[in-house]
Amino acid sequence: MFSASAISNFWISLEVMGLGMFGIFTVILAIMGVVVVLTKAGSKAEKSEDE
Amino acid sequence: MEFLLSGILAIQPEQIVMYAIGGLLIYLAIAKGFEPALLMPMGFGAILVNLPLSGVVNQVTAGIGEVPGIIQWLFETTIESSEALPILLFIGIGAMIDFGPLLSNPKMMIFGAAAQFGIFFTVCVASLCGFDLKDAASIGIIGAADGPTSILVSQIFKSNYMGAIAVAAYSYMALVPIVQPFAIKLVTTQKERMIRMPYNPKSITKTTRILFPIIVTIIAGLVAPMSVSLVGFLMFGNLLRECGVLTSLSQTAQNEFANIITLLLGITISFSMRAEQFVTWQTLLIMCLGLLAFVMDTIGGVLFAKLMNLFLREKINPMIGAAGISAFPMSARVIQKMALAEDKQNHLLMHAIGANVSGQIGSVIAGGIILYLIPTFIK
Repeated sequence: MFSASAISNFWISLEVMGLGMFGIFTVILAIMGVVVVLTKAGSKAEKSEDE
Repeated sequence: MEFLLSGILAIQPEQIVMYAIGGLLIYLAIAKGFEPALLMPMGFGAILVNLPLSGVVNQVTAGIGEVPGIIQWLFETTIESSEALPILLFIGIGAMIDFGPLLSNPKMMIFGAAAQFGIFFTVCVASLCGFDLKDAASIGIIGAADGPTSILVSQIFKSNYMGAIAVAAYSYMALVPIVQPFAIKLVTTQKERMIRMPYNPKSITKTTRILFPIIVTIIAGLVAPMSVSLVGFLMFGNLLRECGVLTSLSQTAQNEFANIITLLLGITISFSMRAEQFVTWQTLLIMCLGLLAFVMDTIGGVLFAKLMNLFLREKINPMIGAAGISAFPMSARVIQKMALAEDKQNHLLMHAIGANVSGQIGSVIAGGIILYLIPTFIK
């Protein structure tokens, strides 16, 4: 039903899917971590200013 | 008198099909309000480039030689050789986006990653359908729900299907209010759609708002270098907005600049809608695959939210996951509307907007990762 090249490309696509989703989650989690740190640092600075 | 008939006699049946497609795009833009800023110029452009012996594409004239056509020139200089138009548009998009809801609720950021699943799923299906890897990746990126990213990736991969990909990307973005509710209802129960989520935003300092675009650019650039042109210009636009000292530049980027680029992008991309390229069975297949990409993006986001709920004490309404696509702000509005339809007191808009702006970042990172990964697999 599917040509040999289509099957071969499909297996490569699966690998791309795994690596791609891993890459996106890695970048987003890294950004998320930095945002959490920035927000905490910002709120601490605000509190100390208020005091 | 023969010269008056030369155009009429040169019409091919495929060109008549393109006039109908152009007319349909104009109708959808004007009568239905589907992405009018893009679909109207694309529809009109589709008619322009398919008129026989059209002066908007290069023509060879006896005794003169090649006469340049304006749309072909625009395409070759601003898309083919430099990818300038889709990239520059990101400055305007970045200047329009307020990342505040995301910064005050960073948990939502994860859905901007999960809802890119449709891109990779569609790459796999397109490969099985017989498209080569570059074309399959260009088709899959329709799932980024982000027109400029789709155009950029298909151009860098020199895909023959750029016209169909652009039409699919912008059409389905306009159809988000129809596509997403259908896909969400496929994988959620009414009880799940009624989950309430309290909104307790944290205050965001100006320093955080200024540092955010710079840090995102550096992180994305280090992990996925090919995404720098996309993420970098998106975040440059956002820095113009947030820095507070370039208000007039920010306003220009959001309005006049974005409008000029959008206008030119629509009419220029129509060069890839010439009948010989567009009227093929592959175009129909690409439209189907584009729809699949949007549906699987939505399902990917929803299922990821359901997976998170297995471990969280305070449950997330799984519909929020669907807002992780890049179609901003339509997707967030769809989620809010669906939540209110189930429970009139359930306000999810701010959560959904957080996930939705994260989708903007996720989609350009996905574009960069696709651009980096695919060439490494091509021998």
